[in-house]
Amino acid sequence: MKPFESLTSPVLLLRENRIDTDIIYPARFLLIMQREGLGQYFCADRRVDPEGNAIANPIDEAKERGAGILIAGREFGCGSSREQAVWTIKDFGITCVIAESFGEIFQANCLRNGVLPIVFDPATLEELAAFGKDGELSVDLVARTITAGEKVIDFEISDNARERLLKGWDETGMIQSRWGTAISTFEEGQRAAQPWLYEPLAI
Amino acid sequence: MTTASAPRTLYRKLWDSHVIEVVPGAQGEGEESRAALIHVDRHLLHECSTHQSFEALRSNGRSVHRRETHLAVPDHAVSTALDRLSIAQDDGAAGAQVARLASNVAEFDIPYVPLDDARQGIVHVMGPELGFTLPGITLACGDSHTSTHGAFGALAFGIGASDCETVLATNAIVQSRAKTVKVELSGTLGAHVTSKDVALALIGRYGAGFATGCAVEFTGEAVRAMSMAARMTLCNMAIEAGARIGLVAPDETTIDYLRGRPLAPQGEMFEQAAAYWRTLASDPGAEYDRTVALDLDALAPQITWGTNPQDAAPVDGTVPAAPEDAEAARQHAKALAYMGIEAGMPVTDIAVDVVFIGSCTNGRIEDLRAAAAVARGRKVAEGVRALVVPGSMAVRAQAEAEGLDTIFTEAGFDWRMAGCSMCVAMNEDRLAEGERSASTSNRNFEGRQGRGGRTHLMSPAMAAAAAVTGHIADVRTLEEIVA
Repeated sequence: MKPFESLTSPVLLLRENRIDTDIIYPARFLLIMQREGLGQYFCADRRVDPEGNAIANPIDEAKERGAGILIAGREFGCGSSREQAVWTIKDFGITCVIAESFGEIFQANCLRNGVLPIVFDPATLEELAAFGKDGELSVDLVARTITAGEKVIDFEISDNARERLLKGWDETGMIQSRWGTAISTFEEGQRAAQPWLYEPLAI
Repeated sequence: MTTASAPRTLYRKLWDSHVIEVVPGAQGEGEESRAALIHVDRHLLHECSTHQSFEALRSNGRSVHRRETHLAVPDHAVSTALDRLSIAQDDGAAGAQVARLASNVAEFDIPYVPLDDARQGIVHVMGPELGFTLPGITLACGDSHTSTHGAFGALAFGIGASDCETVLATNAIVQSRAKTVKVELSGTLGAHVTSKDVALALIGRYGAGFATGCAVEFTGEAVRAMSMAARMTLCNMAIEAGARIGLVAPDETTIDYLRGRPLAPQGEMFEQAAAYWRTLASDPGAEYDRTVALDLDALAPQITWGTNPQDAAPVDGTVPAAPEDAEAARQHAKALAYMGIEAGMPVTDIAVDVVFIGSCTNGRIEDLRAAAAVARGRKVAEGVRALVVPGSMAVRAQAEAEGLDTIFTEAGFDWRMAGCSMCVAMNEDRLAEGERSASTSNRNFEGRQGRGGRTHLMSPAMAAAAAVTGHIADVRTLEEIVA
């Protein structure tokens, strides 16, 4: 996974609450089995009409400006667990999403894909959105700050999430190397206490 | 640090018993990190969210840590047509996805229930049916409605495709301990009022984000009186309140349900397991981060009128007027425009084009019985397309043994094979632009059942009432409902 350290970029503003995973990545595209090249389907139903004609919209407009940061509203990414919702955003070019809150699985999926999710209160979010309308924002994960012109705002992110993004490590490999023995020890204890979980699956 | 003797919630007991190691550095706690590597005991897989998980295993040269902790089945994209087995092989993208799952599980030796198996069904219907879902376990699946399994007192949560790969390779995942919400349900449900109505009323009252990231435990005598199917509906809908996890403490109803299930422990081992399961209920005095309450005595059947599950209204009510808050009013107007309805109209004036009975929320035999009781001796209203999609092939077989299929088909319902169908609209079962459904599924999001489709969520009995009247109708006012 590509590490995330910092980003200076124009902003895509989608200032609505509950932009859910069905809006971000409509279910019919879940039949596609690649994870690359999904950016064209990002919020597809807001960019292309049912006949396949392009609709004027802020998303493609922001794409032309090279937006790498998305500012949304409350509960962004609520709904399904589809990781395509993150793959589509990333392939579209966005690696930082700022919102008042996130769908929890979406937020977890961001961390698995080098996409930085940042949570702010509504007032700060509005301030950033107002600046991001025309200006670029600078996100610094090392310092945990966002710079909007002269103003530098601290953001919160757990040490664990920050480290995962900064190192861009392979989570599975990391768990295997760091905790492989601990997992085996746990399973020995669980087998003794709950042997029924270690019976062969009669399927 | 919680000491061993302090009263603990069901959630905390499940969490503590699965922590492999605390991970330092989760914020929000002074001394104790909330993050931990936790063990994942069981994992359900389906065709739609795992192709990249297997691809990651393959490209990294990894193997599956413990094969017998996983169970795969195709459900999301599969056809529900009666002749689906003959068309599955060349069914375009959906068929290719099912074929990919079959080849992946063969390559990695994952236990698999194929499409032509009598046990095939939606992961969240089939898992409990087979006894793969057990109290006291952690269970993950690449699907947000995995919260369903919390009805058994299991720590069950949805994960993305990358996390599925991690679970396949390690049976472990890094997660933060969730905050807890206690839902106290008092009173008794009236006739034809169900746990689906409870879920919609709760989300309607407290908001679709009221439990974001939390573990919600449903408590109260009304919950104790619920069947496992009703509890599963409740926990299934917890994700629509933003929750990671829904929970009901295991009791004798749980244990009776599981006894004899093919993948549950058998004989003496079952009794040993049951003794452990009986210790899992929250201790008296255990503290929750938040408590919310709902009285069920006067609860009417609920429907949703908008594009957010919190847009719930009682069936004897009206589409609400715009709220005062400017942003909320904007969303209200947007939802009404999308739905093509107006504030103030009685919800029973809303005519429907399609009725969908099924899904991991309401596709179990109890749900089909409730719908059939309404359909019996009636006809689907003219111009309405109504489908009944059993949650599993076992549910389908049971329904046929009880003659429910005959009731449905004589009434003009389409009697289908098992799958996710029109809940996720990945196969041919979907709404056309502007079509309106009465649906027993879980999400009324814009476009959820097909681009431009309009979804009204409700219980199976209410959906059947909509089918036979052609509009949203109060099932309690229909005469002669014979169960």
